[in-house]
Amino acid sequence: MNATNGKVIAIECLRYDPQTDDAPHYETYQVPFTDDMSVLQGLQYIKDHLDGSLTFRWSCRMAICGSCGGMVNGVPRLSCETFLRDFYPEGLRVEPLTHFPIQRDLAVDQTDFLVKLRSIKPYIIPEAPKPVTEGTFLQTPQQMDEYYQYSQCINCLLCYAACPQYGLDREFTGPGALALLHRYNADSRDAGKAERMELVNADEGVWGCTLVSYCSEVCPKSIDPARAVNQNKVESTKDYFLRFVAPRRNG
Amino acid sequence: MQIIQSDVIIVGGGGAGLRAAIAASERDSRLRVALVSKVVPMRSHTVAAEGGAAAVTRGDDSLQYHFEDTVSGGDWLCDQQAVEYFVAHAHEELVRLEHWGCPWGRQPDGHVNVRYFGGMKVPRTWYAADRSGFHILHTLFQTSHKYPGIKRYDEYFCVELLVDDGHVRGVLAIEIATGEFVVFEAPSVVFATGGVGRVFRSNTNAGTVTGDGMGLAYRAGVALRDMEFMQYHPTCLLGTGILMTEACRGEGAVLTNKDGYRYLQDYGLGPLDPWPRPKAMELGPRDRLSQAFWHEMKKGRTLETPQGPAVNLDLRHLGAKKIHERLPLIAEAAKTFSGVDCVREPIPVCPGVHYMMGGILTNVRCETTLPGLYAAGECASVGIHGANRLGSNSLTELVVFGRVAGEQAAQFALAAPRRAGSVLRQAQPVADALLGMLRNTEGERLAAVRDEMRLSMEKGAGIYRTQEHLEETCRKLMELRSRYAKGIKLDDRGRAFNTEWLTAIELRNMLEVSQAIAHSALERRESRGSHQRLDHEKRDDVNFLKHSLACRRGDEVPRIDYMPVTITKSSPRARVYGGEGKQVVLT
Repeated sequence: MNATNGKVIAIECLRYDPQTDDAPHYETYQVPFTDDMSVLQGLQYIKDHLDGSLTFRWSCRMAICGSCGGMVNGVPRLSCETFLRDFYPEGLRVEPLTHFPIQRDLAVDQTDFLVKLRSIKPYIIPEAPKPVTEGTFLQTPQQMDEYYQYSQCINCLLCYAACPQYGLDREFTGPGALALLHRYNADSRDAGKAERMELVNADEGVWGCTLVSYCSEVCPKSIDPARAVNQNKVESTKDYFLRFVAPRRNG
Repeated sequence: MQIIQSDVIIVGGGGAGLRAAIAASERDSRLRVALVSKVVPMRSHTVAAEGGAAAVTRGDDSLQYHFEDTVSGGDWLCDQQAVEYFVAHAHEELVRLEHWGCPWGRQPDGHVNVRYFGGMKVPRTWYAADRSGFHILHTLFQTSHKYPGIKRYDEYFCVELLVDDGHVRGVLAIEIATGEFVVFEAPSVVFATGGVGRVFRSNTNAGTVTGDGMGLAYRAGVALRDMEFMQYHPTCLLGTGILMTEACRGEGAVLTNKDGYRYLQDYGLGPLDPWPRPKAMELGPRDRLSQAFWHEMKKGRTLETPQGPAVNLDLRHLGAKKIHERLPLIAEAAKTFSGVDCVREPIPVCPGVHYMMGGILTNVRCETTLPGLYAAGECASVGIHGANRLGSNSLTELVVFGRVAGEQAAQFALAAPRRAGSVLRQAQPVADALLGMLRNTEGERLAAVRDEMRLSMEKGAGIYRTQEHLEETCRKLMELRSRYAKGIKLDDRGRAFNTEWLTAIELRNMLEVSQAIAHSALERRESRGSHQRLDHEKRDDVNFLKHSLACRRGDEVPRIDYMPVTITKSSPRARVYGGEGKQVVLT
């Protein structure tokens, strides 16, 4: 490992154990660091050497598993691709993702997102069953482009922490799940749009979005959930008017 | 203690576990399938696989070619019956993933495209840019929501396989959020718990890759097979271990040393021209490329950097368009984690531990020697990788053998009589012992033992091995096991979400699986595939054309047994790469 050149940074972490603590508090740790060290590596240093009870999730450390989201100086970030050098010498404050219940310290309860993910029917609903022996669907690169960016969601929940509407109303389906809903609706292999439009149209669907677009700004994969949501506002409007002229396919 | 009844328990929610869960549920939708994972499935390490999945697809390819590439790639230690099954079922499983929504790369006419990988005669790697594992995992995870029979238990950490009178009865787990013990009871259990790369210091693996299932099966008396075969991936981002996929080279990237020289031509992978051609130069297999790096380093021809020796992975001639279309994650990761713009500069890389070829011994039906226990994916040794895995075979393995394991486990559960008697008798003492760890008032820090293990494994069981260094590692591992047994002192004494406690339990498995690796390596006095001995440089088919079996002996070192290799149609011969060949067009 590199020499740290004597550089030390203060990392202030929110600590909270709902079992034993009345309220969250902060603890500050002095962490020696090198310029290539991420915030996650700073947290790992604390856990290994200073305080083994500091609790946080992490896994791939390469910004693809979506485990290590948190608030870094108030901004939703993946801790593995946020670097300590950018906060030197002032130091930084690390907190759990906002808008979610804290399970312990920096780990939040992800259940609400998982329920919402299930609700959008996140799978291909084919027009008719297709046996594997018939081979693949044909899908041109242009058809792929229709949904491809929305399939890049790593479920890190930064967009939920960024969404003021979700902060106000936990019923709102939210940017991540709505982007995934759009991912399936826009896929040429899928015929489940009608089933999903009920959720799109509902109170907790796209109309909950107030177009702040902070979700798109914080997305670590440069997906534009706000665009997906607003495309679905158009779809929802069309769907609303079509109801008067054509009967629904699925009741 | 809560007891949850089900029919099939799947441990692990990565690609193999999810595929197994779906297969079990499709076998009979009434089966109660419990999918138990220490992380929410989309966090599993399958997510980090990049390059793609192999299946015979083009008209100029054949099952015979895929078989031959795999068997010679594995230096003839593959079980050929398993390889035959694997190559024959690869394509249908990738088609199934396509039907479920996997965004495989396409040709302009809408057909799936394929790319070259190392050791491949014909291109047969299906890819979703360089996020193939991510897309496979999310496709399977999202598709699993269609099956009401699958009940997920996210963030439950398995600590013991429950066995009664020679039959599997279930698993003991800790619900991470509360720290409460839970018994999952079922007649069949599938382990799909992934690899064990975290026992080495420098590796491409996620923090979760700690050999849990291998450790639990081993403790239950199941042998671990071919554990000496640990694959070093030749191209990891310097200083981070982040994987720079083989697909870079499949798309045309080259490797150069500090003089700008394509050094692979000096190590049996040349000549340089015509280039590109299959199974030559940068399209050679991983073991040979990692070994070539080691020799370059010894010759002083690697780049010296503050983060250690490196060579250059050069993508510049591919151009920005191709890089961003085919290798976007590589470009992003090189930029974020090393500050390198790979369109304009080469990426400094070095080898890192990547993949365990061995694992829990199974037959081609994914059955272990313990009735009711199945294994699939990296934690298993079904026998297709031999002494060196070919790139793109492991993602396909997840779905081909994940399905087999799920179907077999379902079949077993449907036929199995319900066993009487309580499983708590076995579970309670295990739980009590683990709770005792929370009360240790003396002992070492967890990280101290873990870090010594990793360094020792790297030193003794790295790319090149010797008896002397392996013996030193074996001694060190025994010492660490006894230090661990004396006590690890945890800062965290609570039960709810105590990740320090869980990490300490993982370390127990890691120390034992490390012993299986080191002792298997010590006993194999030959060089084959990824296992290279400086003191036994030649492959020795007379004495070592056989699988090793590491068998646990309590607190003692493992016993190393052997079993024959199944050979159906390819007898061992010299393993040759490079040489003459026709230039090809990279797709």
